[in-house]
Amino acid sequence: MSARLEARLWWAQRATAVFLAFFVAVHLATIVYAVRGGLSAAQVLARTQGSVAWGLFYAVFVLAASLHAAIGLRTIAGEWLSWRGASANAAVGFVALALAALGLRAVAAVVLA
Amino acid sequence: MTNLRVRAWRGGADGRFQEFDVPRRESQTVLDVVTHIQRHIDPSLAYRFACRVGMCGSCAMTVNGKPRWTCRTHVDKVAKDGKLEVAPLANLPVIRDLVADMREFFDKWARARGQFTPTSTRTDEFARVEPSSPARREADAGIECIGCAVCYAACDVVSWNPEYLGPAALNRAWTLVNDARDGGNAQRLLAVAGDAGCHSCHTMMSCTELCPKQLSPARSIAGLKRATRSVAFGADGE
Repeated sequence: MSARLEARLWWAQRATAVFLAFFVAVHLATIVYAVRGGLSAAQVLARTQGSVAWGLFYAVFVLAASLHAAIGLRTIAGEWLSWRGASANAAVGFVALALAALGLRAVAAVVLA
Repeated sequence: MTNLRVRAWRGGADGRFQEFDVPRRESQTVLDVVTHIQRHIDPSLAYRFACRVGMCGSCAMTVNGKPRWTCRTHVDKVAKDGKLEVAPLANLPVIRDLVADMREFFDKWARARGQFTPTSTRTDEFARVEPSSPARREADAGIECIGCAVCYAACDVVSWNPEYLGPAALNRAWTLVNDARDGGNAQRLLAVAGDAGCHSCHTMMSCTELCPKQLSPARSIAGLKRATRSVAFGADGE
């Protein structure tokens, strides 16, 4: 990995952290607000299905989390397991894609009618 | 006069601690204790020191689990229960007894481009650097490093990633980044970016807590993280 790419990954993780701080706060506040007096799956779907705003919100949330988690796991793999290089990069790349795919699938399931 | 119970490391990396009783004296430093062992008990004990007054940076050892400069560490401060354990600095190969091999530590200063890169010759005018300028103050904050490797031995990231340049080398690079007379910053910022450089620092602050000169390598590394934006996004990053 070149110093340039390493530096970019570092900035990407800090930038996604800023996004996640916002997303997680909105996510939790919405749950606390919406769940007052009970909440059913049907009520959730009624709010999310067809909503472009919630779809975009959670799609970006998923992508930021995928990137952030994968970069962090790459650092942990290097520092705790001494697992570095091409195989580690491939593994965390797979984790990033898997998180993004699973997350976007979930977003599609609750947003697309 | 009471005695101090001292455990001192003997041998190489696979050595062991040996116990000594050393007379307790007023205003005694850890270096005094080690010197007493060598001069009065076992002349084969190997250790390193030079100035004895906190200038040269050669006498650092692990004292009761923490890296310290031994010449200015009073026994009073670190051995309240009358027990002292001295070992070579961590994160460096052991040569023998209390002597660590410093080569890798100083090689990393060179790898971090810690050499001054002049931009003028002796025929040019002196550079005029305003003492109160922000860059000069940043350089001042880190310039008093004596190269004792206490921060390097205290750093967990060094122990996890042997390639990591470490707090002292990065602190040195930061002082040069802020030196108006230096012309090597493009290469230097490239050298200190990335996995072996400033971006690996987790800001755990052990370097800053234990630096005997009260410098803050962690602050210098934070400065490098900002300065290396050009490496990540600039056109001349490669």
